[in-house]
This record gives sequence, structure tokens and C-alpha cells, in this order.
Amino acid sequence: MTAANEPYILNIGPQHPSTHGVFRLRVAMDGETIVDMDMIVGYLHRSMEKLAEERTYTQNIPFTDRADYLAAMSGNLGLCIAAERLTGVEVPERAQYLRVIFAELQRIASHAMANGTLVSDAGAWQTPLLYMFREREKILDLFEMTCGARLTTNYMRIGGVAFEPPAEFWPALRELVDELPDRIDEYSQLLIDNEIFLARTRGIGVISAEDAINGSLTGPALRGSGVPWDLRKAEPYDVYDRLDFEIPVGRGGDVYDRFMVRFEETKQSTRIIKQAIEQIPDGPHKTQIPLALRPEPGEVYGRIESPRGELGFYLVSDGSPAPYRFHIRAPSFINLSLLRQLAVGSTLPDAVVTLGSIDIVVGEIDR
Amino acid sequence: MPPGPTQLSGHRVAERLNAALPGVVVTATDEWVEVAPARLVDALRWLHDSSEFDAAQLSNCCAVDRHDRFEMVYHLQSLDLNHQIAIKATIADHEQPALPSAYAVYKGALLQEREVYDLMGIVFDGHPDLRRIFLWEGFPGHPLRKDFLGLGNLTPGLARFPFEDRDRPDRIMNPAPLRHDASARAQNEQDVPDDWRGAAPA
Repeated sequence: MTAANEPYILNIGPQHPSTHGVFRLRVAMDGETIVDMDMIVGYLHRSMEKLAEERTYTQNIPFTDRADYLAAMSGNLGLCIAAERLTGVEVPERAQYLRVIFAELQRIASHAMANGTLVSDAGAWQTPLLYMFREREKILDLFEMTCGARLTTNYMRIGGVAFEPPAEFWPALRELVDELPDRIDEYSQLLIDNEIFLARTRGIGVISAEDAINGSLTGPALRGSGVPWDLRKAEPYDVYDRLDFEIPVGRGGDVYDRFMVRFEETKQSTRIIKQAIEQIPDGPHKTQIPLALRPEPGEVYGRIESPRGELGFYLVSDGSPAPYRFHIRAPSFINLSLLRQLAVGSTLPDAVVTLGSIDIVVGEIDR
Repeated sequence: MPPGPTQLSGHRVAERLNAALPGVVVTATDEWVEVAPARLVDALRWLHDSSEFDAAQLSNCCAVDRHDRFEMVYHLQSLDLNHQIAIKATIADHEQPALPSAYAVYKGALLQEREVYDLMGIVFDGHPDLRRIFLWEGFPGHPLRKDFLGLGNLTPGLARFPFEDRDRPDRIMNPAPLRHDASARAQNEQDVPDDWRGAAPA
């Protein structure tokens, strides 16, 4: 190897717009080509799993807001589903519908953010991102009027949800659900046939279905490779088995497919919310549970389909009010298993778009 | 606990696993199968390759510190047959815990095992890139171990739950809560050994 093409080390991050948070990459480059890549995470590590061992199950719900801070509702739901299986607490039907509505609203907001940032990684600086923020903003307004918070919602409870939505929530939700399909089509026209966007994403960051399964990928990263795997269908929780929706899958497993899977999923989420609004019964919104919930000694692995994939909570109880072990199976962390393999051999702009298409949230990676 | 909605009975998995690989199963319950740690990779590979179980994906893996031993838990997922299998392996050596790496069968173990190594201190033999991931090299100890930094009883929150029966024999949440008056603070500071960094397990 001559001095002319000796690999050099390029440092990206931890403060860099294309790493979506405090996420650092050390990239060894030979000219334009990446020859090695190392990811350095942990800047946001708060040791949630250790802290959780000294708090009750209910006191741990706010941690799940701060893990995946772009999908706090999904994090709340995941912990509640796991803790309910551990304790055997029943959830009233109305609460199950409310949970589905909020989880799907959160999925739309999260996918809008994911696709918006992906497009701005691909060069369409900020315009599509801010278009998509319009709908996200309306969803966050709905969250705010229901639970007072926009990002760290802390809304779901073991055995239901914390509050009944106020009266003005329902007309605002109907209005949003009616206009969402038009908005999504508008963004589609802006992006899906855009020649520059196609050139930046088609055939880039290709993950085969075998690699995606073996590498523990879940969520849109797995479905983009053509594997129709969605826990809402495979292991229905709450009332998803009563709602009619489809699982969009990609064909090639490239960046564009993962982008399109998220786009289609927002349409399906709109469908789910429409049905849930029609079907939601009257009744209580939560079950009364004891302040100190003492599950029988045992363990449970409860999981939901969060916007980023399989969000699992492995809880071990020793009979005391606090969990003996509290493990979060974080989808955006595990989805990075194949990052090095995908990046090596490609160019730096392609690697940035690939990372964007995996849709990481650093709060959830580091926990 | 009742097994999950799509979780396979551990007894059924154990029976077939033991028939194919005699002696590999240690115990089995309705929820999980415990396998001999030395033959963990054989068991995982057999489950991965078998058409009956088709454990295509390593959905989750994590470790539990049981004070005198470690338990490693693997949740395997079949995407075609839609069922889940829980496999456990017990590591008897609490001082120098080690286990074969599942990376040879599942690439998804790459980051999950690094996380377990970082926070629990279990060494995975055969892992291609076993470094700490969230904490830096040289950090004293492994935080998720139960004996990490026994800082007296400095735990947050209330001493007990209001309206709760005082005489229940269960573990009390907070035997000695942190109080904020000066005398209590002095007492709490005395409880913390000066060399607490050195006292952590290496």
C-alpha cells in the first residue's frame, strides 16, 4: 500500500446532524470507500435498567418515555403489556382502544420524523422534514390535551391509561384522521417519484431477508426486506385482532423500501385509528391497582411492535414491589447489528442514508 | 407466570432437544429449557436448523444476576411458525463468568452480547468483537451486577408504601431512606466507604 491510498480515519459525531443524536462513528476510508467502521455509543447511557430495580413497576413508566423519546406512547405500552402479563391485571376494553389509538398516532408521528430526517440526509435539506412536522405537531397537540405532555407522555398505566381524553379531543382526532390520507399522498408526490431521491436510495444499503432475520432486525428494517413480520398480527395485544389492517413489505431491502414501508404504515395506522374511533365502547379507562403491586415471583417477556421494531421488556419479579431484573429489548440498538457489514465497501454518503433508513433513536440505544 | 401467547412449552422443546442431543438439557419448565452451558451453541444451532422449531431469529438475550450465579436467557423466535422458545444457561462461576458466544449461529448476538459483557461482565468465548459498549474501557465494575457499589442503603423514594401492612414479610423497598436533615446526611456519608471505587468488582 502506498502513502497515496493509505486509509485515513474520519470521525463523525457525536454532534452531527446525520447521526440523529449523540452517536459517533469512526470510519476508516480509502479514498471515497469505507474500509472499516466502528460505532461508539453510550453518550446518553443513564443506566435505566439499574435504576428500575429500585422503583416500582408504575414508577418505571416514565423511563420508557425517555428511552425512545420519539415514541413515548409505544414505550409506555410495552412496559404496561409486560407488567400486566406478570401481574395478571385486566385492562378495560375502552382503555385497550385508547391505547391502540395513541400507539398508532405515535407511530405516525415517529414515522413522519424518521422519513423526514432520512430525506434530509439524502439532500432535501429541511423542506420535507418540516412538511411532515405539520402532522406530527397536530398529533403532539392531541397528546398535550390528553396528558399534558408532548414528548414524555407517561400516559399509559398498568391496567389502563391515566386519563380519559377531554371532550375536544375527539373532533380534533376525527379532523386529523380525515385529512391525513391527503397529506400522505401530498408527501408521496413530493418524494416517491423524485429522481434525485430515487438515485440516492434505490439499491443502497441492501439487506437480504436472511441477513435481516439472522441479524435480529425487526420493524420496518425487517419488513423492508420482504419479511411480513409484525407483532400486531403475530402476537396481537390489546384489540389489534379486531382491527383490519395490512402489513406493508418491501421487495429489495434497500433504503427506498424501508422508506416506503414507513410511508405505507402511516396509511395503515390511519385506517386502524378510524376503525378504533368507530368501535370504541364506553366504560372505565383503567383498573384500580394497589399502590404497591407485588407480582408473584416469576418472569415474563412482554413485547409490542413499536415504530422501530420489537420493543420487549424482560421482567423478573422476586415478589417485592420493584422488579428484580428489568431488561429493555431496544429495537433501534439491535437493528444496528448489521450496520458495519452494510457500510463497509460503500461510500460515506450512502452509509449516512443507510443509517438514516434504519431509524435510530439514541435514547433507546443507550438507555 | 403463564407462558406467552405464542411461547412453546419448555417440556416439549426439552424432549425433542434431548432426543437429538443427549444430555444437553439440564431442566425444563413450562416456560423455558435450561441447557448445559458448554453445549449452548450446539443446542441453539440445532433449534435454528430444525424444521420443527425453526428458531430463525435471536429475538432477545440478556443476563440475570442471581447473587451466586448468572443466568443467561435467550428468546428465540420462529417467523414462519410464529412461536417463541426461551432457552436459559446458568453460569455457576460468579467471579469469572464465561459462556460460549451465540454469534456463530445468530449475527444478532453481536451487540446484545457486547451489552451483557459491558453491564454484567460475562465473557463470551468466540465473540468477534467483545469490547465494552456503553461504558468506557477501564470503568470500574459492571453496573447491573447486584453487588455493584453497595452504597449503604441510599435508595430513592419512600421507606414504605402508605396504607400498606407493616408486618408483611416481603422485602422492604427502602430499609433506610435518604433523609435530608444534616444529621441523617452525616450518617449516610459515613456509610459510604472512602474507597468505593476500588471496592467494586473489577
